[in-house]
Amino acid sequence: MNERRIRVLVAKPGLDGHDRGAKVIARALRDAGMEVIYTGLRQTPEMIAAAALQEDADAVGVSILSGAHNTLCPRIVQLLRKQGMHDCLVLLGGIVPQEDIPKLKAEGVAEVFLPGTSTEEIVKFLRENVKPRG
Amino acid sequence: MPETKELTSPIEAERERWERETLLPALQVRPERKTRFESVSLEEVERLYTPADIAGLDFSNDIGFPGEFPYTRGLHPSGYRAKLWTMRQFAGFSTPEETNSRFKYLLQQGQTGLSVAYDLPTLMGHDADSSLSEGEVGKCGVAVSSLSDMEVLFEGIPLEQVTVSQTINAPASVLLAMYLVVAEKQGADWKKISGTLQNDILKEYIAQKEWIYPIRPAMKLVIDTFAFCADHVPRYNPISVSGYHIREAGATAVQELAFTLRDGLEYVEWGRRSGLAVDSFVPRISFFFNAHNDFFEEVAKYRAARKIWAREMRERFGSNHERTLQLRFHTQTAGVSLTVQQPLNNIVRVAIQALAGVLGGTQSLHTDAYDEALALPTDRAALIALRTQQIIAEETGVANAVDPLGGSYFVEALTEKMEEQAREYFRKIDSLGGMVAAIERGFPQREIQDSAYQYQKAVERGDQVIVGVNKYQMEDEGSTVPILVIDESVRQHQLERLEQTRAKRDAGAVANALEKLRRAAQEEENTMPATIEAVRAYATLGEICAALRDVYGVYEEPAI
Repeated sequence: MNERRIRVLVAKPGLDGHDRGAKVIARALRDAGMEVIYTGLRQTPEMIAAAALQEDADAVGVSILSGAHNTLCPRIVQLLRKQGMHDCLVLLGGIVPQEDIPKLKAEGVAEVFLPGTSTEEIVKFLRENVKPRG
Repeated sequence: MPETKELTSPIEAERERWERETLLPALQVRPERKTRFESVSLEEVERLYTPADIAGLDFSNDIGFPGEFPYTRGLHPSGYRAKLWTMRQFAGFSTPEETNSRFKYLLQQGQTGLSVAYDLPTLMGHDADSSLSEGEVGKCGVAVSSLSDMEVLFEGIPLEQVTVSQTINAPASVLLAMYLVVAEKQGADWKKISGTLQNDILKEYIAQKEWIYPIRPAMKLVIDTFAFCADHVPRYNPISVSGYHIREAGATAVQELAFTLRDGLEYVEWGRRSGLAVDSFVPRISFFFNAHNDFFEEVAKYRAARKIWAREMRERFGSNHERTLQLRFHTQTAGVSLTVQQPLNNIVRVAIQALAGVLGGTQSLHTDAYDEALALPTDRAALIALRTQQIIAEETGVANAVDPLGGSYFVEALTEKMEEQAREYFRKIDSLGGMVAAIERGFPQREIQDSAYQYQKAVERGDQVIVGVNKYQMEDEGSTVPILVIDESVRQHQLERLEQTRAKRDAGAVANALEKLRRAAQEEENTMPATIEAVRAYATLGEICAALRDVYGVYEEPAI
């Protein structure tokens, strides 16, 4: 059986340019043996969903520090589902008020990682939650 | 051998004796807590510093007196005894009306200057009604799309008396134009108004990444503001060369110091090449540094910054003009050091960081609010942040003596070491052809990215402790502090004003002004007069930036 490496699209939607977190996580996931594609800055939800499809991503890691998560994340989830990517996990990292988390999860975000999260925790989450491909 | 003996100073000999007789027995009883002690920049720190560590320093040349070259000990001969630093809290959120009332509140509470935070659409040159602005209007700062918004923002705030700092970069010349037109409408004299425009586009390509145009035309816009202000707004600082964002992106203290100052040198070089006399514009270049957790490293960084700048202005540019040699800077405490976990602990972090800025001789200071790892600050959190500065200024006594840490073996040795390390970076960047060329090759970006990763690893190993995050954790307290919520009604409010503005203005005048601006950009004239004319005609920020994009194009980040 050849084991498929977990493929993660790290994405930076919205106008914000603070990409320290996205880049640190991209490198940590790569060091953990995953295949990582970084979208670059200022991607629209449409561009992110298209890239996820093209890259056949198991998960999309979205980094948002600007407060625009409630607008952008649900839209990314919807677009992924619409193109048939039902198992593709959407993970959010950034500055997100606690109050927003239940709603984001209800709208399909798999997990929200707040500042101070270790990269190991994110690696562990992906390993435990990405569905094995048949 | 006799030669070795000569090289060993009496202090070094004494130190050897101390190590043998006093230290070693003590270490045998109680070993040190770890084998390597390091700063937050992961630089090794020695156990003890003695006069031997600063034996190479010459008091008058390297340390000297405050108010005199090389200004290691500060710019003002009497430090803060004559005038305290300016307490300048960065504020901006939601609508111009909301931010205007926060400004008035802060002034009432004893704040001595204003500092405007714009929202992301404004920072990127988009109007509130652009589809790209959805979800972002008024979130990270105040939304300003045209002169109408700017008029509301400064309503009742006399711009001839209050100094205002504006954090805006890619579209900085447009916001400067709006500010000047509002001042003019208030009846203020441009020759008397003072304030600061961040306008540091180099650090955007390096770190914060809020750019619009390619680097070289963007540099031209910056130089246009230098020339315009030197002629028409002589007391205004058209740039604040910023290390803050470089540090926040993960740079070490030395990288912050080196890249910021090398950016500063690049602006001076570009200004000179455009035909400006160095001493006509460099006195109005200001700087902006971070205040991070490592107390002594930060103090040494500020002291080294002044010394390096003074020396570079003499050596590279042959200046002897006092104001050219003097590096003036603003400080902000490190947003990146704030934790979501146990957020009230941030008050303590901020106080210690602010103290480093003060002991480093900052001209102005912003202290972060404890809730900023969660959202923009509430009134209450913003007030505690201001009170923190007032306590440092009025209660601790640290403002009584000038450069109180000067002469500390440790601080002086660190100041010296950081200067050397920064110069090492200067040599590397010079060899790449200057900062613009270095950025185009991704050099500073890569250095910072590596440091950010190394720091993250050090935190995850537990080598760098963050209280409440990787040690002394508690059940999450994040939800126990109230936070500021900005909803989508802000965008609606802004859309309405924008619609009214577009309806009321003279469309022909707008089109003409924008065409004039395009022409000025094409012919490489100074773009400021045409920008001011467009602003006066109520052309929007988005329209003006679009006109310049037509000529200059847009920046594409190289893969790094």
